[in-house]
Amino acid sequence: MASKKNPTTFSVEPGKQELFITREFDAPRELVFKAFTDPDLYVQWLGPHGFTTTLEMFEPVSGGRWRFVQRDPDGNEYGSHGVNHEVLAPERIICTFEFEGLPDSGHVVLETNRFEELPGGRTRIVSQSVYQSIADRDGMVEAGMESGTTDSYERLDEILEKLLVK
Amino acid sequence: MARRPTTHDPFNAVAEPKRRMILEVMGSTERSVNELVVLLDWPQPMVSKHLGVLKKVELVKEHRQGRQRLYRVNMEKLKPIHEWVTPFEKYWSESYERLDEVLEILKKKEK
Repeated sequence: MASKKNPTTFSVEPGKQELFITREFDAPRELVFKAFTDPDLYVQWLGPHGFTTTLEMFEPVSGGRWRFVQRDPDGNEYGSHGVNHEVLAPERIICTFEFEGLPDSGHVVLETNRFEELPGGRTRIVSQSVYQSIADRDGMVEAGMESGTTDSYERLDEILEKLLVK
Repeated sequence: MARRPTTHDPFNAVAEPKRRMILEVMGSTERSVNELVVLLDWPQPMVSKHLGVLKKVELVKEHRQGRQRLYRVNMEKLKPIHEWVTPFEKYWSESYERLDEVLEILKKKEK
């Protein structure tokens, strides 16, 4: 039986270089951390439905490197790579992230994933991404949007959430 | 670069923050233009203009009650937008849903 779905919360404040993604899981912290550092588990969940992930390099230790290639349902492939700055079980993973599909290289993101222990054998992940510029961040968040608006879509999401619940 | 007109589809219509605000204040309640003017504190022509766009893409439905016209959010049109949101949010929401499944299996194994 699938448990009730926990919401994924996006906090994208206008005019900032960072964003936060927060999510709770009905599993103990050690297990959640394992799903981030065990290569066989990691490829099972990373990416939306229909995506497949191939790990070219996966060193889940401080100073280790990583690179993966993701394939979408249309067969397009996207590579990403980075370095693990700190892997501290079961509390946090700090790494750099660079998407290789951009026209020029050098757009690097600093990601911090914090694994917080919650009562009842549950876990909260707070993921902070810091971009080199506001434009970099907004470009990532709004990829695929045609409009030129740079304000946050978080609000829209909240609005829709509210409306659809009723 | 030529932009698609805002009246082309609901996705473009909600790209405008003012139109999202209209949907937000409307919520699940039927509202008249006058009520929206009060709630939003915008000039009436501005409310009517954006409401017109929302009506055209069918995100808002009009309903006559006596001499009054009432407007409400059209859920059927809103749903695809909700499901789509942005690729970025879809990426993480769906990844974490898949992680839930992986964790369920792991929990059973560890028992």
